[in-house]
Amino acid sequence: MLENVNKNDTGIARLDQVTEHVLSVIDEMGFRQEGAFNLRLNGMAVCHGDSRHIQIVKKEDKPGIDVLISKDAKNEQVHIPVVLTEEGVDVVYNDFYVEEGADVTIVAGCGIHGEGCSESRHDGIHTFHVAKSANVRYVENHYAEGNGSGQKVLNPVTKIYVGEDAVFTLETAQIKGVDATKRETYVELEKNAKLFVTEKLMTHDTQTAISNMDVKLKGAGSSARIISRSVAKGTSNQVFHPKAIGENLCHAHVQCDSIIMDHAEISSIPEINAKHVDAQIVHEAAIGRINDEQLIKLRTFGLSEEEAESVIIEDFLK
Amino acid sequence: MLVVEHLSYDVTEEGKQSEILSDVSFSVEEGEMLVITGPNGGGKSTLAKLLMGINQPTEGRILLSGQDITGLSIDERAKAGIGFAFQQPPRFKGMTVRRLLSLAAGETLSEDRCCDLLSSVGLCAQEYINREADATLSGGEMKRIEIATVLARPHQISIFDEPEAGIDLWSFSMLMKRFEQLHQEKRSSMLLISHQERIIEMADQIMIISDGKVEAKGDADEMMPRLFGEQQGDCLCKQNGGGYCNA
Repeated sequence: MLENVNKNDTGIARLDQVTEHVLSVIDEMGFRQEGAFNLRLNGMAVCHGDSRHIQIVKKEDKPGIDVLISKDAKNEQVHIPVVLTEEGVDVVYNDFYVEEGADVTIVAGCGIHGEGCSESRHDGIHTFHVAKSANVRYVENHYAEGNGSGQKVLNPVTKIYVGEDAVFTLETAQIKGVDATKRETYVELEKNAKLFVTEKLMTHDTQTAISNMDVKLKGAGSSARIISRSVAKGTSNQVFHPKAIGENLCHAHVQCDSIIMDHAEISSIPEINAKHVDAQIVHEAAIGRINDEQLIKLRTFGLSEEEAESVIIEDFLK
Repeated sequence: MLVVEHLSYDVTEEGKQSEILSDVSFSVEEGEMLVITGPNGGGKSTLAKLLMGINQPTEGRILLSGQDITGLSIDERAKAGIGFAFQQPPRFKGMTVRRLLSLAAGETLSEDRCCDLLSSVGLCAQEYINREADATLSGGEMKRIEIATVLARPHQISIFDEPEAGIDLWSFSMLMKRFEQLHQEKRSSMLLISHQERIIEMADQIMIISDGKVEAKGDADEMMPRLFGEQQGDCLCKQNGGGYCNA
């Protein structure tokens, strides 16, 4: 048994304070050991539960789980957080099978508490198979803390196949502490499928973040709205490369908006690619410093310059 | 009470010094309304910004309720009791109208209080409180929200820079009623920069600023006929050679 966890008589795992704290940051809806859930701690599943309509099955051939969401799941949640409090590399493969017409919120996310001097890294490779008319909201928060000099690294790979008339909402946020991240996202949309992506990112000190996203609008009537907002502080470096590929009658809108501070560097490279005469694809990208007029306006409310700055950033990334 | 003494403001551009405001003095009594009018580019907005601390004067001093605030920063002046509505308010990505009003009030406002504030500037509150104060709002909508931010908390003096600009006629009369009400309540002194006859009519005192100087000032009774008097044909400033005319 891991030192962070003890199981009591009722089978509920007792988690230590560090793990509980990290969980509270990455799972804003509140992680509880009830319903469908799976907590992965330092490379091991320490507790898990199924619900009537959601089943979690441990993979036999590689680390990870299959999450089976039945068509009867309506307005249900599944929580599958990952916490690393020890050094090392954790690679996990999670597959989600969402049946026709299901309606589910999946709360994932990874938090690292690093006190050591070697690397802590989590590579979550997630694949979503979303059947016809299903509605999936996937929420993923990334966070790291701790005084260790070891790099805290998160490299998620997310593949999403959205079936006919299905809706997929992807909400990712990385606000603090992660030294390096490389995010790869690949989405395919069938007929009338809809995708909503909101990506929020803040980097500080010497952190680096790369986010590549390919969205293929394959089916007629498919649509995608991708919003990326970021703040780069210190000498951190961010690269965004969202790409929308229209292969049919479709709509896509890509918007990248960044606030740059200190000596940071941001590259925003939205790419749009049409392979059909009825593909309508738009992109917008903007990078700029905090607007002086906004700062002055908030200072006329009695906020100091520092307070005004953090209010602007907080709301921008909300 | 606001007292402004010999305020001047110079800027240096390409090594050349030019005077934007020169030796401006006036005062606004408690509960009094002063309307500043005059031609575009005359220095009215610059004066308002000097009062708020957004720009620092080259010379002169500003006293609020006896306290010299000339050296205070913007936020210190806000805390001392100055409220400010910008001519062109900035937009905020991601900030809801409700959050903006709460920041302006200095406390988290209830939905009811937000609704009251928005209704008082002619906005249908339910439609707005959870909307973002960003570029999706029209100029007129943003402008009315800006006025609501000043009404969100009590001030010693509230400064409004051209509150009528960009506001449609219907909302304008609603706004006039609100200003009239505020003026009658006399809870805050008011300083308005305006070209609108209806606003100027409300004033206790009127001051004309032109070419960086106070061209004329006085009680409304005395100033109104000189500004708008039909008999005279021309307005006061034309007679004085200043060139400002509302007609």
